[in-house]
Amino acid sequence: MEFKVRLFATLRKDRGREVMVELQEEQTARAIINQLQIDEKDVAILMINGRDGLLDTKLVEGDIVSIFPPVGGG
Amino acid sequence: MDRYTKNRNMLSQDECDVLKNKSVCVIGCGGLGGYVIEMLGRIGVGKITAVDGDVFDVSNLNRQLLSTEVHIGLGKAITAKERMEKVNSDVELSPVSAYLTQENALDIVRGHDLVIDALDSIETRFILQKVASELGIPMIYGAIAGWYGQVSTIMPGDDFLSRIYRNHEGKGHEAELGNPSFSPALVASLQVSEAVKVLIGRGELLNGKLLLIDLFNNDFEVVLF
Repeated sequence: MEFKVRLFATLRKDRGREVMVELQEEQTARAIINQLQIDEKDVAILMINGRDGLLDTKLVEGDIVSIFPPVGGG
Repeated sequence: MDRYTKNRNMLSQDECDVLKNKSVCVIGCGGLGGYVIEMLGRIGVGKITAVDGDVFDVSNLNRQLLSTEVHIGLGKAITAKERMEKVNSDVELSPVSAYLTQENALDIVRGHDLVIDALDSIETRFILQKVASELGIPMIYGAIAGWYGQVSTIMPGDDFLSRIYRNHEGKGHEAELGNPSFSPALVASLQVSEAVKVLIGRGELLNGKLLLIDLFNNDFEVVLF
């Protein structure tokens, strides 16, 4: 199955804004970050189809995953 | 003509009077806080508490409005008061030269109509969200990292920060990206705009939403939470 992954801020570096990720069936969002070599601590916000999601959420065909890194300065 | 002539008519006279009677607590007087305090004072918020235990150092000069070469080594909260006396002497600015902690947070935040998060620590933001919620005070959240920023309005009872920071500790990507002159000014402007809308009870708010800003790619996106 192929999933669209939208990346934000620093996660775009060397990856681009949007990437397509090919996964086997029954995989979770964690498999996406593993495949994109994104460190789990760099995932501050994970959205699946525009809604708050979890790394353990199982993905289904057509899901769009958005990943945001932590921003904390002031 | 008076000093608030140009606030009108986007604000009515009644709303200007409302602002004059409001008190806002600003936690952090650095990149975001300096601009936030400046704008709250200029628009005419009557009472501002400026909280920061830090002193200015040379690395603040690239972005922190309250820092000048003569302020190096001086306290940030006290400097906020000194500046506000020149900018708008009608504003009562109370400086608190302390960092926000579990122990002092309730006492510092209590009694205000609104609190503005101008912190640089994710962990301390969680302390602030908790006490603001306990006290029933809305909190305007803002954070920056390099080209990036985010803003939200957190109403009491909403554990919003847990949804946007999976890890409560440590720094965000600002630790590697730094912060330039323009991102704090932009995010602070958005925070003050939210603050004014909360105080006058008019306009659409970012509660339950996160405004994400990527200035490098000119992306501005509001995400629902």
